[in-house]
Amino acid sequence: MSVIKPLSGAQAVAEAMRQINPDVVVAYPITPQTPVVEYFAQFVANGLVDTETIPVESEHSAMSATVGASAAGARAMCATSSQGLALMWEVVAAVPGLRLPIVMPIVNRALSAPINIHCDHSDTMGATTIGWIQIFSENAQEAYENMFLALRLAEHKDVLIPAMVMQDGFIISHGVENVKILDDDVVKKFVGERNPDRFLLDVKNPYTIGPLALPDYYFEIKRQQEEAMENAKKIYLEVGEDLSKLTGNKYPYFEEYRIEDAAAVIIVLASAAGTAKDAIDEMRVDGKKVGLLKPKLFRPFPYKEIRDAVKNIPVIGVLDRSISFGSYAPLYTEIRNSLFELENKPKLQSYIFGLGGKDIFKNDIKQIFEELLSGKVNPEEQKYIGLRG
Amino acid sequence: MADKKGWHDLMRGADLPPATSLEYKTGSWRSMRPVFDASNCIHCMICVAYCPDMAIPITKSEEGVVGKGGRLYKGAVRLETNFDYCKGCGICAQECPTKCITMIREEEAVEASTK
Ligand code: SF4
Ligand code: SF4
Repeated sequence: MSVIKPLSGAQAVAEAMRQINPDVVVAYPITPQTPVVEYFAQFVANGLVDTETIPVESEHSAMSATVGASAAGARAMCATSSQGLALMWEVVAAVPGLRLPIVMPIVNRALSAPINIHCDHSDTMGATTIGWIQIFSENAQEAYENMFLALRLAEHKDVLIPAMVMQDGFIISHGVENVKILDDDVVKKFVGERNPDRFLLDVKNPYTIGPLALPDYYFEIKRQQEEAMENAKKIYLEVGEDLSKLTGNKYPYFEEYRIEDAAAVIIVLASAAGTAKDAIDEMRVDGKKVGLLKPKLFRPFPYKEIRDAVKNIPVIGVLDRSISFGSYAPLYTEIRNSLFELENKPKLQSYIFGLGGKDIFKNDIKQIFEELLSGKVNPEEQKYIGLRG
Repeated sequence: MADKKGWHDLMRGADLPPATSLEYKTGSWRSMRPVFDASNCIHCMICVAYCPDMAIPITKSEEGVVGKGGRLYKGAVRLETNFDYCKGCGICAQECPTKCITMIREEEAVEASTK
């Protein structure tokens, strides 16, 4: 059984957290993550969860306390955006090495400067190399369900690394849509209890966490982390299948939308994929063979699977909602890398859009498709959508 | 490095089993050695508390040991420094209220013991 509720993306994630009922939540409010914390704090105040929330003075302390709770054996969560992620960075980078399965919803927001509160992906794109699982959500429904997926994946005994669940700031976090909410009991059964094989409050079995590891051990420990990432890729699909039985939805590495016969495909993350689907539907009516591939799992990245999915597509446009100064854009880089082994590679074009929350419209997407269909693309030129010249 | 575990065998995430510092003999770092004069010790435990390596063992003595002024000190008493772990920092000598610990060069101690 499930019910449909009108929820914003932030509310949907808070609702997921209520159903997960974590032992500890430590988060410092920051726009546009604020409503996640507000709604969750209400659940705590109203006695709907058993969670202990800890008020802290900054994001650095928030993640530090989350780490402490998780190491102690608790199921601990945090949530943040943009500058908050930047401020907690030191601790965020330590979590995967400590092998703590912390799940953190992130509401994507542009990084300062100039200061801006709206959506782009520059915050989490800065955190792609440090060993967090990253799952992007297109809408509130996906953000809600991805929380359960991320939790089971992070806590799996062969994974034990943290996970970020992203949604687009304001566009999704503050926009209300119908969200199908599972029964509390169903979620409770799906997420179970955290069952760590060792934890610091187990005083009968002491161990040391976070020691110094010099050149004779550091490298080995980091190699273990890479193994965990490889396992995460496999187990993502397994957990997804379990979740699918409850929600009826699918959890592939990426969503393919009308790409079987497509002459041109757009690859884009998160909420812009929704806009692209509308544009595609309209263009299909006009006989234009266009389609979309929307990556969901960004870390670990499914290179081979994406290569297989797009190998016969003549031309691909990759849309990035962030810029990687002085190098190819983050998503474009991954797609380009995915195609390396192909003899006959699709033609590629990189587009930057939506920085600092600048809107992208259906017509922008249609124009991109027209450009792709014309074949006039240059894989080494970065184009900008909606930018004033 | 041949005796060190590979990444498959190390505990996850650099976690360590308890009490592994026992295997790490910091005594090999020592260039200065604290020489303890038991006849001047009041068994105040200040050196024990200050030693950063917990290298000064203690015991409970019913019969007591003879210390400063020929007095018998009963109860908790300090023993000779454990040179497997004493790294020769000299903190004990600095803190001892009766100055019954003297730091000498490690070579002198080795020479003295081989004479
Ligand atoms: S500090 Fe000096 S007097 Fe006190 S126990 Fe140590 S050696 Fe003895
Ligand atoms: S010299 Fe330093 S390490 Fe050695 S016993 Fe004294 S305080 Fe401890």
